Amino acid sequence: MTFSPELEARFEKFLAKYPADRKRSAVIPMLVYAQDETEAITQELIEEVAKRCGVTPLQVDEVVGFYSMLHKKPQGKYHVQVCTNISCLLVGGEELWNQACHKLGIGHKQTSADGRVSLEEVECMGACSWAPAVQVNYDFYHFVTPGQLDKLLDGLAAGKKPEEIADVKKVSC
Amino acid sequence: MADLVKFTINGQELEAPAGMLVIEAAKQNGIEIPSFCYYEGYSLQAACRMCLVEVEKMPKMQVACTLPVSAGMVIRTETDQVKLARKSTLEFLLTNHPLDCPVCDKGGECELQDMVFRYGAGESRYTETKIHVNEQQWSPVVFYDAPRCILCFRCVRACDEGMGVSALGVINRGAQSLISPNMGDHLECDECGQCIDICPVGALTSGAYRYQTRPWEMEHVGTICTHCSDGCKTTLGVRNDEIVRGNNRDRSGVNGEFLCIKGRYAFDFSESAERLQSPMIRVNGKLEEVSWSKALETIGKKFAEVKAKGGKFGVIGSNHTTNEENYYLQKFARQGLGTNNIDHQRTGDVVTLVDALSGTTGRLAKTEDFYERKAVLVIGADLSAEHPFLAFQTRANYRHHEAHVYAVTAEAVREDNMATRSVRVAKGEELAGVEGLRDALAAETELVVVFDDSIKGDKVRSLVAFGESLGIPVSYCALVDYSNSRGAIDMGLVAELNPGFHATGTAGASVDEMLAANDLAALWVVGSNPLQNAKLAASRAFVVVQDLFLTETAQRADVVLPTASAYEKNGTVTNGCGEVQRLKRASATMGAKTDLEIIGLIAKEMGLAPLMGPWLPETVYAEIRKTVKGYDIPLPLVTIGAQQTAPVNGRVGVDSRPDLIRSSHDKLFTSGTLGRYSTVLNSVIEGRQSR
Repeated sequence: MTFSPELEARFEKFLAKYPADRKRSAVIPMLVYAQDETEAITQELIEEVAKRCGVTPLQVDEVVGFYSMLHKKPQGKYHVQVCTNISCLLVGGEELWNQACHKLGIGHKQTSADGRVSLEEVECMGACSWAPAVQVNYDFYHFVTPGQLDKLLDGLAAGKKPEEIADVKKVSC
Repeated sequence: MADLVKFTINGQELEAPAGMLVIEAAKQNGIEIPSFCYYEGYSLQAACRMCLVEVEKMPKMQVACTLPVSAGMVIRTETDQVKLARKSTLEFLLTNHPLDCPVCDKGGECELQDMVFRYGAGESRYTETKIHVNEQQWSPVVFYDAPRCILCFRCVRACDEGMGVSALGVINRGAQSLISPNMGDHLECDECGQCIDICPVGALTSGAYRYQTRPWEMEHVGTICTHCSDGCKTTLGVRNDEIVRGNNRDRSGVNGEFLCIKGRYAFDFSESAERLQSPMIRVNGKLEEVSWSKALETIGKKFAEVKAKGGKFGVIGSNHTTNEENYYLQKFARQGLGTNNIDHQRTGDVVTLVDALSGTTGRLAKTEDFYERKAVLVIGADLSAEHPFLAFQTRANYRHHEAHVYAVTAEAVREDNMATRSVRVAKGEELAGVEGLRDALAAETELVVVFDDSIKGDKVRSLVAFGESLGIPVSYCALVDYSNSRGAIDMGLVAELNPGFHATGTAGASVDEMLAANDLAALWVVGSNPLQNAKLAASRAFVVVQDLFLTETAQRADVVLPTASAYEKNGTVTNGCGEVQRLKRASATMGAKTDLEIIGLIAKEMGLAPLMGPWLPETVYAEIRKTVKGYDIPLPLVTIGAQQTAPVNGRVGVDSRPDLIRSSHDKLFTSGTLGRYSTVLNSVIEGRQSR
C-alpha cells in the first residue's frame, strides 16, 4: 500500500520514536493520520499498519474497534462531534445534540446524503472548562449556543468552510 | 529472591517476598481471593474486578491481582464490603450471561457457576434486553458462544503469550466486546485448544467434547500422550469405555496444563473405526480373520521351525510401545529366539550423546531445564511444530525469566520471535552456525542445548566438545520423535545394544538390513510400519505384524495381531528428556490385546514361558529395575511424577550408526502412522494445508 510522501515521512518519524521492540506503540498515530488520507480504515490499511508495526492484523483491528475516533466507514467531509457527557450535559449538551440530529436529519454515526456532514455523539473530549463543546474534524468550538450551532451546521451544509462561517469561532488545537 | 516483608491478611501475620501480588501471597497462605481474569503465568489484566479487597489506609477497595504486597500492609478479604463487592461484580457479569447452564458444556466445572454458588447474586436487577450474538464455529475444534463470555481475556493471553500464536483478539468495546479469531470468521492457529481449557465459562467449547457428556459422568484417567516425545500428561475423560476428551487441568505431569492438538484431541485414533479387532492369517494370498488361539499357534509353530533350522529372524520394535513391552520383546528376541537382529526406527542420536557425556553426571537436560536455565540453544528443529511442549517451556522461560534463546535452523522458526540471535544455515551446516555463536554463548551463565537429527554421529561429539569449551554448565537433549523412542533405545531395541546401553558385542541387523536381507526367514514387527516407504527383499519370509491398523506392513503380513493402543494399557514410557512416566489404561477395544500379553502368549506357545516370566507390567518393570542401569526407580515415584533416568556413566563403545538415524519431523498435525487415523488431525485446515 502506498501513501503520500508527507504521510510516509510521518510514519517514519513514528516508528523511529519508539524503541525497536515497542513498534506497536505507533499503531494508533499511524491509523489516525492514515485514515485522513484514505478516508476510512480499510482491511488493506489494517494489514499494512500491522506489517509495519510488527503485530498481527487482528491486533490492529482490536485498536480500531476500541477507539471511537478510528472509522471503518468514510465520514462526511466535516465530522461534527457533540459531547453529551456530564459537564456539557449540565449546560445544554444534550439539547445541542438533539438540535443537530433534527437539523441534519441524521443520527449518531450517520452521514448526510451529500457526504458533506456526518454526526457523532461523543464522550468527554476534555473541554469541560469550555462546555458545552463541539468538535468539527480536529477543531473545537467552545461555549456553543443553539444559535451558533445552527449557523455552523447551516454553513457546512451550504458548502462553506468552517472558517468562512461568521460569528462561530473555532479554537484550533 | 526479594526480601521478605511482613503484612497481615484478616488479622493473620504473614510473610511474602516484597513485590509479590496480594492475590498470590494470599494463595500461598491458604487464603482464597476469587478472580476470573488473573491467571498465574500470564500478564495482568485487572478486568473482572472479582478480587477486590480492603487495604487499610487506602480509601477505595483494591484489586488484589495487581497490588504488590508491601511491609505493614493490612488487608481484609472477608469483610461485608468485600462480600458485597463480589456479589455486585457477579451480578454485573451475569447481566448478559445466559442462564443456559443445563445445556452448557461447562456446567459442573464452571468457575462462574462456582463463584455465584459461593458468593451470591442469585437475583438480578437487570431487566433490559440481553445482547445476543449467535454461536460461531471457528475450526473443527473451537466453538465460540459470545453471550457466555465474561471478557476475562484469558484466552487471548494464553494464545498470545503462552503459544506465541496471537490468533485471538478482542474487537469492539464495552458490552459489545467480542473475542475474535485471526481470520475474521475462522481460526488458523496451532489448534491446541488451550483457549478452551483456560476459559472460566462455557464461551469457548471443544468440537470433540461439546454436548457429549457431563464432567461428573466421566472417569478421569491420567496417562501419557502417545504422540511426540515430550511426554505430556493428558487426563482422559472416559465414559462407557470411550475416551471423550483430553486435558490436564489438574496440572499433573511435566507439562502442567499445556497440551497441543495431539494431546488434547488426537486420542481419537484409538476410537477409529479402522482399528483391527481380530487376528488374521493369510490363506491363499488373502488375510482372513481367525481366533487368537489359531493365530498364536501358527506363529509359535513357525517361529519354532525357523529357530530349529537356524533360520534368520528379524524383529522390529516400536517407538510407541511401553518400556515393559520393549524390554520383554528384546529379551524374547535375544534369549528366546537367539538373535540380535532387533531394532526400531531410530530418530535421534541419544547413543552418541550419552557416550560423549561419559564420565559426567546430570548433563542430560530435563524438561524443567527448558523453563529454568538462563539460556536455550535450539539446533535444527522447528521446536514449536515438532516439540510443542519444549517450545512452550522455552517461551515461558523467556517471558518469566528473560531467558536468552538462540536458534540455529535452516528455515524461519517461531523461536525467532524471542531469540537473542537467530542464525539461518544450510541443512548440514548447523555446527558452523553454532560456532558463530561462540562468544555470545560463552557469555551466558548456563545453557541448554537441544538438537534434532541434523546433529548425529561425530557431529554430536563436536557439539559436546564445543559446549564443554564454553566454560559454563551445559546440559543437552537429543530430540527423538515419538512417545517412547527414548525408551526403545534404553530398553535395547537396538541391534548393537542390550538394555541400558550395554554393547552386544556382535551387532545384529538393523531395520534397513533386515528389510534388505534376502535370506530373512521370519520378520516380526511390533507396532511399526517399516514397509511404508520400503520393500521387503525376502519375498518368502514369514511376517508377523502386531498393530492397531492394517498398515502397509500389516498388509504384507502372514499373521496380523490386533493390539491395544497406548491409552489401553498400563506400563511406563520414557520421554525425550529421559524421564520415566506411567501409562494408565483408560479404555479398551474389543478383540485387541496389549503387545506385552501377545509377546507372552507367543512365548508360551513356544514353551518359553518360564524363561520370559509373567507378562504383567509390574513384574517386568521390577526386572527392568534390577537389570537396566538408571531405571532403578520405585514404581510409586514414576506414578506420581516424571523421574529422569541416568542411563550410563561410561563409554558406550559402539558405532551409533548415524546413517540409520532419520527423524520423520512430524509437525503439529501429523503423527506417523497414528496421525493418519486421527479424524481431528486430518480435519483441521492447518493439517490439510501442511500435508
